[in-house]
Amino acid sequence: MGGFEPQARWQDSAFLAAGSSSFTDFLTMTAPELLPRIRHAVVSGEGGGGSVQHGSAGAAGSAVDLPHGTTIIAAECDGGAVMVGDRRATAGNMISQRDMDKVFGTDEYSCVGISGVAGIGIDLVRLFQVELEHYEKLEGRMLSLEGKANRLAGLVRANLGGAMQGLVAVPLLAGYDEDTQQGRIFSFDVAGGKYPERRFASIGSGSVFARGALKKLYRDGMSMEDVVLAVMQSLYDAADDDSATGGPDMSRRIYPVIATVNADGYRRMTDDEAAGYAEAVVSERLQAPDGPSAPLRSAAS
Amino acid sequence: MSMPFYVSPEQVMKDKADYARKRIAQIRSGVVIDCEAGILFVAPNPSRALRKFSEMYDRIAFAAVGRYNEFESLRKAGVRYADMTGFQYDRQDVTARGLANWYGQLLGSLFTDSNKPYEVEIVVAEVGSTADADEIYRITFEGSVADEHGFVVMGGQADKVAAVLKDQYATGMSLTAAMTLAIAALSGQGDGASAEPVTSSQLEVALLERSRTHRAFRRLTGARLDALLAESTPKAATTTDETTGTEPTETEQTGPEEGGAGPGDDATGNGGSGG
Repeated sequence: MGGFEPQARWQDSAFLAAGSSSFTDFLTMTAPELLPRIRHAVVSGEGGGGSVQHGSAGAAGSAVDLPHGTTIIAAECDGGAVMVGDRRATAGNMISQRDMDKVFGTDEYSCVGISGVAGIGIDLVRLFQVELEHYEKLEGRMLSLEGKANRLAGLVRANLGGAMQGLVAVPLLAGYDEDTQQGRIFSFDVAGGKYPERRFASIGSGSVFARGALKKLYRDGMSMEDVVLAVMQSLYDAADDDSATGGPDMSRRIYPVIATVNADGYRRMTDDEAAGYAEAVVSERLQAPDGPSAPLRSAAS
Repeated sequence: MSMPFYVSPEQVMKDKADYARKRIAQIRSGVVIDCEAGILFVAPNPSRALRKFSEMYDRIAFAAVGRYNEFESLRKAGVRYADMTGFQYDRQDVTARGLANWYGQLLGSLFTDSNKPYEVEIVVAEVGSTADADEIYRITFEGSVADEHGFVVMGGQADKVAAVLKDQYATGMSLTAAMTLAIAALSGQGDGASAEPVTSSQLEVALLERSRTHRAFRRLTGARLDALLAESTPKAATTTDETTGTEPTETEQTGPEEGGAGPGDDATGNGGSGG
């Protein structure tokens, strides 16, 4: 036998069955224990990473001890979409990670950002990545963007039981639609609701502030560079007002993850590129702490 | 209670092996050639929908000849196995060696347990960062796994095709040279019209490209294949003269090559023992 041996109960017939092209379906049939599912009741504060109890009152019984991913922002741009995520993971009132990646390329033309309980979210993305690639290999074609969004919604709903016990994680999907040659964004709720978003969307604890700021900066038909800058501005505003969201960490050189999808595919900007945007925003804020202001009256009047 | 005729296990195995070997010899060969750019797969295939070569995992590809429905279900099984292993452990834990062994097990039990053996011959190949690190495994219908170097012929008149490859193959040859060689070898199959020019619509060509970082498998189709063929065919024309004999002559390859453990002498290899 080779380096890895199938468990005895992984029957050959399961692999040879006609079956569907979904990896999740296959695992459900063959090896359900590999699926990231919550099977046992989780009492708040138990089973987490330690006994840190501060802040549990404020969080109303959610799994406060676990690291949570915070703010993700996505916006459409000319011929594609941009997604930016901060790097902080927060456990209760503590910063548990300063350099976490919460935005992942999921295939050639899509990316997913996660917010909520990090462990659940990371497994969700990992499964989704394999799901997309598996379909592509079996069928010889990529899923449509709408198909990817539906599949992701199903995976999110599979965690509904966990979400009801406080282990909430939701994704944000941005992708390039090869048919319409545009970027599109989808948000989700824990019950598997799928919502196509127009222009921009955000999730996570700082999302309210980010959306408010981006609303004032975003214009239709902006270039990719402008959208990245606008989104970085709004992420700065989110970090400004939400303690759980991390802004650009200039001293440690940890910058937000900036991902783009367009006709050329998914690309994550290098640290140097991200540093360029971050420095532009931060140096401007040293002069004007609240950042750029939108005109009070619209130009048309 | 009717008693079936007694047939000895030796006879059963021999009949099954003979059946499979005969059927596999009737199909047209495909070749896998290790070259500088990666691992090249070439086979005659007029269909755009039914593929013989496909991506298995990041740097691993699957190639097969034989009955389409049989090797297609094997391909899907392998993708499932690879994805499941990679999901459970890590992407780097999916290896061609592991997959080849798994296929060996699978085909071995299928050969023993089913009435009709699978009429397939498959190759699992993994491209490494250098040619030395490339791995090519051939798995036959009864589950034997062979570790190959340089080139492999799948199915058909394998000895004959392998003879051409053995003669002209050189380590580290360019993609164009490998393509030229593949066409020369395949047009030497004894099916009469060997001298006709090869067009891109008759061939299925794929490459496990060494220089690609993540997913190395690429189909060569359309303009890229046409360009590669245009570069490759002038030399191919010179090699056709050795195959002008329309009769499938047995003399040129069978004698000495047979015992020489050349990578081509598959169908008659260890199948005789019948597992």
